[in-house]
Amino acid sequence: MSNTFSRGDVERVARLARLELNAEEKELFAHQLAGILAYAEQIQRVPTEGVEPTSHAGDAAAMREDTVCASLPREQSLASAPDADPRAGLFKVPRVLA
Amino acid sequence: MDIPIDALGIRDGVASGRLSATDVCRAALDRIAALDSSLNAFRTVAADRALARAAEIDTRRENRNLALLGVPVALKDNLCTRGITTTASSRILDGYVPPYNATVVDRLEAAGAIIIGKTNCDEFAMGSSTENSAYGPTRNPWASDRTPGGSSGGSAAAVAARMVPLALGSDTGGSIRQPAALCGVVGFKPSYGRVSRYGLLAFASSLDQIGPLATSVRDAAVITSVIAGHDTCDSTSANVPVPAFQAALSGDGDLHGVRIGVPRHLFREGVDAEVMAAFDAAIEVTRERGAEIVDVVLEHSPEAIPVYYIIATAEASANLARYDGVRYGYRAEASTLGDMYDRTRGKGFGREVKRRIILGTYVLSVGYYDAYYRKAQQVRTLIRHDYDRAFGSVDVIAMPTSPTAAFSLGERTEDPVQMYLSDVFTVGANLAGLPAISVPCGLTRTRLPIGLQFTGRAMEDATVLRVADGYERATTWSRERPPN
Repeated sequence: MSNTFSRGDVERVARLARLELNAEEKELFAHQLAGILAYAEQIQRVPTEGVEPTSHAGDAAAMREDTVCASLPREQSLASAPDADPRAGLFKVPRVLA
Repeated sequence: MDIPIDALGIRDGVASGRLSATDVCRAALDRIAALDSSLNAFRTVAADRALARAAEIDTRRENRNLALLGVPVALKDNLCTRGITTTASSRILDGYVPPYNATVVDRLEAAGAIIIGKTNCDEFAMGSSTENSAYGPTRNPWASDRTPGGSSGGSAAAVAARMVPLALGSDTGGSIRQPAALCGVVGFKPSYGRVSRYGLLAFASSLDQIGPLATSVRDAAVITSVIAGHDTCDSTSANVPVPAFQAALSGDGDLHGVRIGVPRHLFREGVDAEVMAAFDAAIEVTRERGAEIVDVVLEHSPEAIPVYYIIATAEASANLARYDGVRYGYRAEASTLGDMYDRTRGKGFGREVKRRIILGTYVLSVGYYDAYYRKAQQVRTLIRHDYDRAFGSVDVIAMPTSPTAAFSLGERTEDPVQMYLSDVFTVGANLAGLPAISVPCGLTRTRLPIGLQFTGRAMEDATVLRVADGYERATTWSRERPPN
């Protein structure tokens, strides 16, 4: 793998992550992530053919019965929202299209 | 009135009526008031709520046998507390008051504990120094120009400064054990699945675990018994019986019959000489107590840090997608929904969190997934196998908790890789899901604490606690206290 991580890479990934970065952060992260990825390169030397990946340290997550159970009342769920209409039971957000 | 510094002493005093829970609570609040303007260990002190709870305990005469009756406990600020602000030390959750308690909080309160407040940490538990808090760093009680370690640095500092006898932290790659080592207290990360994470603000779900910081192994065992156990609200919590951890402690500290593995090949470089000397002396103590010392090899541990940072950031990038300015916390002004998301996250998250979201998103993105994320998961398997093999011939593995004692504020903030190396001996237990504890084992010439780590087989938390307790009883390091 290549260890270069350009400002363009940072911008592309930031778009995927929905993260606004300023110019200084883009420069800094391009530089630092190149360093981190160069350091991480050492795992490429480990032979792993046929090794199963581990996604979880414990046993597989237990499934529960698919039954309705108590959950937070709607007014409590809405109480922390930056903008909501509690009477209508809605979170409010800016318009989707410009 | 003389108030014991340990949780069991307080509990016994309150239960027998020799101590009032209110006096204990006031003493903790006084000490926080006296010291926290310089330490910044606390994000929120819930004084009125704590005193009301203490008064309730003092007037109610039932439940005298509760395990933590009247014991003040501090909680890392990434644990949800109903009615108490919970921010994970992030701007994006500024002022957030959860409508529910984490399961561990309910269990503590049911056992008679008094929640005294919320402690400072690295933002969303991402860091090894508590310098990534949006609300300023915590200082090490042993030396105010040093970090307390992290990410549970506020919890470690609060216990070390004897503000509270017990605190909870969370440990994704060492975030309980490393600050415990750097602050001279006991820090225990239970096995993955041992303690419910319901209500813990998730960082990396395959690694996160909640655990205690305490002034003794015995206190750590008592609170672990309280918080452990199956919970239907966390699908990864193990449905297995919880042993009485306190009863599993050895009593007289005898370690005959215990085989301790030492992976010496990992200590060839990067370990501070004073840390190494304290570790060697500690191993000698366990040998004198009857333990058999065995050389073990953890072949893939040198790769543990890059594996950890790929897996942890990948999981973090997914877990932190929920902070979008819609349902809770901070929202930036914007005229469209998309801009609102981008700006809220850009302004709400701090630099280390953004760096990790970028790295995590990158290693999961098309074209890089196999080379980084899948590869890291495969090496994780090999790291687990190394531990399995070692545990074929030993009961616990001993290492220094941290390669150095407390480092200076600002010393590693500019170099992420240098900061990540603070976790070189701790991430393995998370990757393999194992219980691991840090117990004080020395002081440097300038009186900075050094920690000794024991790691055990999955779900053998009791063995780890028993060996650490045996070591602790043979030494006086846990009784050393910082100035003031």
